[in-house]
Amino acid sequence: MAAAVEVSELVIRYGDLTAVDGVSFTADFGAVTVVLGPNGAGKTSTIECCEGYRRASGGRVRVNGLDPITDHHRLTHIMGVMLQESGLPRHQRPADVLAQFAGFYPDPHDPAELLEQVGLAHRGRSVWAKLSGGEQQRLSLALALIGKPRVAFLDEPSAGVDLEGKLLIRSLIAELRADGVAVVLSTHDLDEAQSLADHIVIIDRGKVVAAGPPAELLRLDAGEEVRFGARAGLDTAALSQRLGAPVSEISGGEYLVAASGTPALVAQLATTLAEWDVTLADLRAGRKRLDDVFLRLTGETSAAATGAAAVPSTAAGREAS
Amino acid sequence: MKAFRAQWAAELNLALRQPEQLLVSVGVPLGILVFFSQVDVVSFKGAAAVDYLTPATMALAVMSTSMVSLGIGTGFDRTYGVLKRLGSTPLGRGRWLAAKVATVGTIEVGQVLMLGAVGLALGWRPPSTWPLGLVAMVLGTAAFAGIGLALAGSLPALANLAATNSLYLLLLLVGGMVVPMDKFPGPLSAVAHALPAASLSGLLVTNMGPEDFASGPLWLVLAAWAVVAPAIAARTFRWDP
Repeated sequence: MAAAVEVSELVIRYGDLTAVDGVSFTADFGAVTVVLGPNGAGKTSTIECCEGYRRASGGRVRVNGLDPITDHHRLTHIMGVMLQESGLPRHQRPADVLAQFAGFYPDPHDPAELLEQVGLAHRGRSVWAKLSGGEQQRLSLALALIGKPRVAFLDEPSAGVDLEGKLLIRSLIAELRADGVAVVLSTHDLDEAQSLADHIVIIDRGKVVAAGPPAELLRLDAGEEVRFGARAGLDTAALSQRLGAPVSEISGGEYLVAASGTPALVAQLATTLAEWDVTLADLRAGRKRLDDVFLRLTGETSAAATGAAAVPSTAAGREAS
Repeated sequence: MKAFRAQWAAELNLALRQPEQLLVSVGVPLGILVFFSQVDVVSFKGAAAVDYLTPATMALAVMSTSMVSLGIGTGFDRTYGVLKRLGSTPLGRGRWLAAKVATVGTIEVGQVLMLGAVGLALGWRPPSTWPLGLVAMVLGTAAFAGIGLALAGSLPALANLAATNSLYLLLLLVGGMVVPMDKFPGPLSAVAHALPAASLSGLLVTNMGPEDFASGPLWLVLAAWAVVAPAIAARTFRWDP
């Protein structure tokens, strides 16, 4: 079976600016593909090219084998789209707009059931302008799914959504995957990427800097290191000697051993600490968080990246591209 | 057809639930009709005021719905990304436009019936040429919708709101919809006659009212606007916010 989404050597230029420069990836049915990258990396441009909103300056994009521009009408029948920052008329009611959009598709979901699923049953008769940011996001997700899409493009689906809403959105996405839908999701949220993705594509400055299943990406940077926490002020020179690898105290009570976490090393560490009567607070070997990989690959300063990952909606929401 | 009906129903439902839109599209023409036909402020060359004002306010109603309501609503839809959102659904631009036209048409039928009923109750007696007035209303709708959409498709929502409302007020005054055109000084009259408002109201007060303007030039001007304005809108309209 063909891939749900095939992007090959995609180039998008805006005047002199090359926003996307040779991006290639595929997304499969029944899988969640996360496009991850800092602001202005070209995520939204890439996804909007798949949706048919933008023309490629070069390269090729196919969604379920369809050209998003020339086969756009056929594509709209199998595609669900959740855009960043797209509105509805102020007076529009969730129940009404879901019924309206249901009318566009031959075999839609039941609007009332879907409203219930996204947790907005009690808000069905409110108006768009009175919904919270999170409620608007959930309604947008429902609108993207009303037509039972085979491919769902979700641009920052949980931006501005509270924790409960995030969990709800994650469970909906998991259901889509179970139903065989290809989900292509862009996000800044590393936790979201790590918990949802079957496949991650990291884009920076218009290029793919890494791609693969999350576990593989983490291994990429598994690095030769063990970190542990214990009381501050251990004798790192003595410890280095005992372990046969350099040990440094990177901050008070947080130690880094520049060696891979072999059973022998861990055993030796445990023995030494036991002799010294030091209680181990935590121990991590070779399993970095996605944040570390992301930061290293995209080469951002950690302060800027933390800001981008932590600011949920509006500030980080609008892509420069 | 199902998609068109869904969009039409949604548009109509939204239009009817906005009091400020109803005030402009129904309240203002009706108020002018009742007030000026009962209070003798502007004279209408010996004819009963209601005979002039009923078709004139119908022209105003057509302009307010097809230019102001349509244009301002579409402008906000574009700026807020509603049009972009619809762009990824199977609705398509053709059916979106058809639903807009059907919504405008439905509201106009309601307005004309209401103004006609009130006019008749106040003594309006239309001449037998009145069906020609309906043809003029269709052309006028095309002309004003073209102007409204041309502005909505190029200006940001708030600039569009200001521009469309200003244009409405200007055309209301120089369009022969409240003040008969023969009261204007020559140069103003010449400019006013080249605009779609005066040609529409002129055709309506002639075919449905007491005036006897030469219809030929009015039809030409209105038909030209009905072709040119939508063509400009189609060329310049931007769907993105």
